[in-house]
Amino acid sequence: MSAIQVLEDKCIGCKICVKTCPYNAITMQEKLAVIDITKCTLCGSCVDACPVDAIVIQVERKRIEGFDDYQGVWVFAEQRDGVIQPVVYELLGVGQRLAKTRNTELCAVLIGSGVSEKTKALFQRGADKVYLVDHPKLGQYVDEAYARVITKIVKQYKPEIVLAGATALGRAMIPRVAVELKTGLTADCTGLEIDPESGHLLQTRPAFGGNIMATIRCENFRPQMATVRHKVMTEASVNPERTEGEIIKIEVKDPDIASRTSILEVIKDVEETVKLTEADIIVSGGRGMVGPENFKIITEMAKVLGGAVGASRAAVDAGWIEYSHQVGQTGKTVKPKIYIACGISGAIQHLVGMSSADVIIAINKNPDAPIFQVADYGLVGDLFQIIPSLTEHFKEILKK
Amino acid sequence: MNIIVCIKQVPETTEVKIDPKTNTLIREGVDSMTNPFDLWAIEEGVQIKEKLGGKVTALSMGPPQAEQVLRDAIAVNVDEGILLSDPAFAGADTLATSYTLAQAIRKIGAFDLILCGKQATDGDTAQVGPGIAVHLDIPQIVFVKKIREITKDRIVAERMVEEGIEVVESSLPCLVTVVKDINQPRMPSLRGKMMAKKAVVPVWGVKNIEVDPEKLGLQGSPTWVDKVFSPPSRSKGKIFEGETEAVVKGFIEALQEDKLLQ
Repeated sequence: MSAIQVLEDKCIGCKICVKTCPYNAITMQEKLAVIDITKCTLCGSCVDACPVDAIVIQVERKRIEGFDDYQGVWVFAEQRDGVIQPVVYELLGVGQRLAKTRNTELCAVLIGSGVSEKTKALFQRGADKVYLVDHPKLGQYVDEAYARVITKIVKQYKPEIVLAGATALGRAMIPRVAVELKTGLTADCTGLEIDPESGHLLQTRPAFGGNIMATIRCENFRPQMATVRHKVMTEASVNPERTEGEIIKIEVKDPDIASRTSILEVIKDVEETVKLTEADIIVSGGRGMVGPENFKIITEMAKVLGGAVGASRAAVDAGWIEYSHQVGQTGKTVKPKIYIACGISGAIQHLVGMSSADVIIAINKNPDAPIFQVADYGLVGDLFQIIPSLTEHFKEILKK
Repeated sequence: MNIIVCIKQVPETTEVKIDPKTNTLIREGVDSMTNPFDLWAIEEGVQIKEKLGGKVTALSMGPPQAEQVLRDAIAVNVDEGILLSDPAFAGADTLATSYTLAQAIRKIGAFDLILCGKQATDGDTAQVGPGIAVHLDIPQIVFVKKIREITKDRIVAERMVEEGIEVVESSLPCLVTVVKDINQPRMPSLRGKMMAKKAVVPVWGVKNIEVDPEKLGLQGSPTWVDKVFSPPSRSKGKIFEGETEAVVKGFIEALQEDKLLQ
C-alpha cells in the first residue's frame, strides 16, 4: 500500500488537488481523485490543498533506540586560526534559550590545536560545559577528521540538539556527521523553537530561494541537528565573571583524525573591503553600472560606510567584478543591516539573496524596476549623479 | 577516468509561491529545469573526460519526467544518463536521497570522481553531496571553484571559504561539489541534440539496486516538513523622485528621521 491515500468517502471531486500537484500525478476518475504513485513524490502539496482533508500521507516511522538518553543542547564552537567565529556566540544565544526551555544544559564542542584558553569565552557566553579536543594535528580544519571526532563525541555523550554555523566549514562537515549518525539535519535555519506540546525542535528555514518558509521536524531521531547562518540569531550576552565551567577533555587516537584530504595552502582575499557575508552594510552594483570602471563609485561609498561591495549576476557575468562578490541565487545570500542596490533591476534571483536585509535602499533610473517593490527607500534617478552625492553626504554625517 | 555527475530537476524557483488564500504551495504551470549548479558540474565532468579520456555518467533521482535533465546532459556530451525513479524513493529527505544515490553509484561500479552542484535551488541544503561521500566512504572537497590538477589517483582543487580560497588535495575516488565560477557551460550542438533524442535512459527502481527498503523515501527520512508558509512581506517603502538634488536631500532627511546611519 502506498503511503499516500485518497479517502474515497471524503473526496468531493473538486479537482483542486489535480491543479495543485506539481507532478501531474493526480487525475479524476468517476469524480474521485486518483493518484498515480509512479509520478507522486509525496511532496504533500495536495494534502495541504484539499479542502475536505480527503488525502492523507501515512508512514510508519521507527524511533531511534535509547531516545530518552539524549539530553543537552550542543553548539559546535567553530574556530579558525584560533579565533572563535562570531556565529558561535549567536548559536550560544539561541542554544541558551532552547536549553532553558528543555530544562537541560548548554554545551560547546571545541576542536583545534592549542585552543584550551578559548573555553573561557564560551563559558562567558553561557556554556555550562565544554567538550574540548585539543590535538596538534587538528589545528587546521579537515572535513573527515573533524566530522569523525564530532560523531564520536555525540555517540558517547548523546545530546538531543546539535547546532552549527552554516559557514563553509559547517556546511561541509556537519552533513557528514548527520549521515554518520543517521539522523536529520536542517540547513540554514532562521527560526528554532521548542514545540511546547511535544518538546521537539521546530526548525524553520527558507526554501525555493526564500519564496517560501518551511518548518521541519525530526521527531524520532536524535540528535536533532541544524545549521544557522551568521547574523540570523542574536548573540549571547557576555558575563565577564563566568569564566569557568566543566571542561571534558576528549582523547583522540590517530585513526580518528586520519584524513584523505589535506589543505595545501590558504589564499586569503587581498581586498581591503569587508567580507560580504560578515558586512553590516553592503553596496551592490548591477547592470546599470554600465562598465567595470564605474564600480569605483560603489567601492568608494562602501569604504565610507565601512561596508562590503556586492554585485548582481549581470555585473559578474559581464566580467566587471569577481564572482565572490555575487549576491543572489547562484551567488551568496546576505543579511546585512543595510543593503544599497545600485543599478540593479531586482530580478527574483537577486532578491532571494538579499531580501532579508533589515533595510533596503535602491537606486535605479527605472521607476518600475522590481527592486523598488522590496526597497524601504527608493531613489529614482541617474546613479552616476546620485551615488557620488550620497557618498559626500554620508561622509558628512559619519564625521559628526 | 570514470566520472559520475549527480543532477536534479528543480522547479523554476522564481515561480514557486504560496497561495495567500489556501496557504498552500502553488506550483501549477511551473516549468522545470536542471538545477543551475549541476550545469557547472556536468560541464566540468565533460571537460575532464575530454582531456583524460573515460566516461561521464549522469545520475538523477526523481519522478519520470526528470528523465529530461538526463537527456539535456547527454546533449552536452555526457555519455550516459540513469534515472532513479520508484514510488519507494518518494518523499526522501537528504539522508534517504544520499543513501539511494550512493547505492545506485555502487551499482554503476568503478568510479574515480563524483561531481555535484554545490546545492539545489529548491531545497538549498548542500547536504546531499557530503551525504553521498559518507555513504560511499570517500573524501570530499565542497564549494570548488577550480580544479587545478587531476590525475588518475589525485586531485587538487580550490574551494571557496569565507576568507578566500583553500587549496585542497585529495586522493581519488573523491566527491567534489562545484560553484558557478568553475567553467562556462557549453550549449548543446546539433549532434548532441540528436544523441539526446536517441539515447535510451535506463530507469532504475528498488528492484534494480541493492537497498534496505527501510532507508528509502519517506520511511527512511528522519526529517519531514511540518508546514509551509509565506515569508513576512515587506511594507511599501518611501520613493524619492525628481531632480538629483531633491532626491538626495529627501532621502538623507528621511534616513536621519528614521535614525539610520548615525
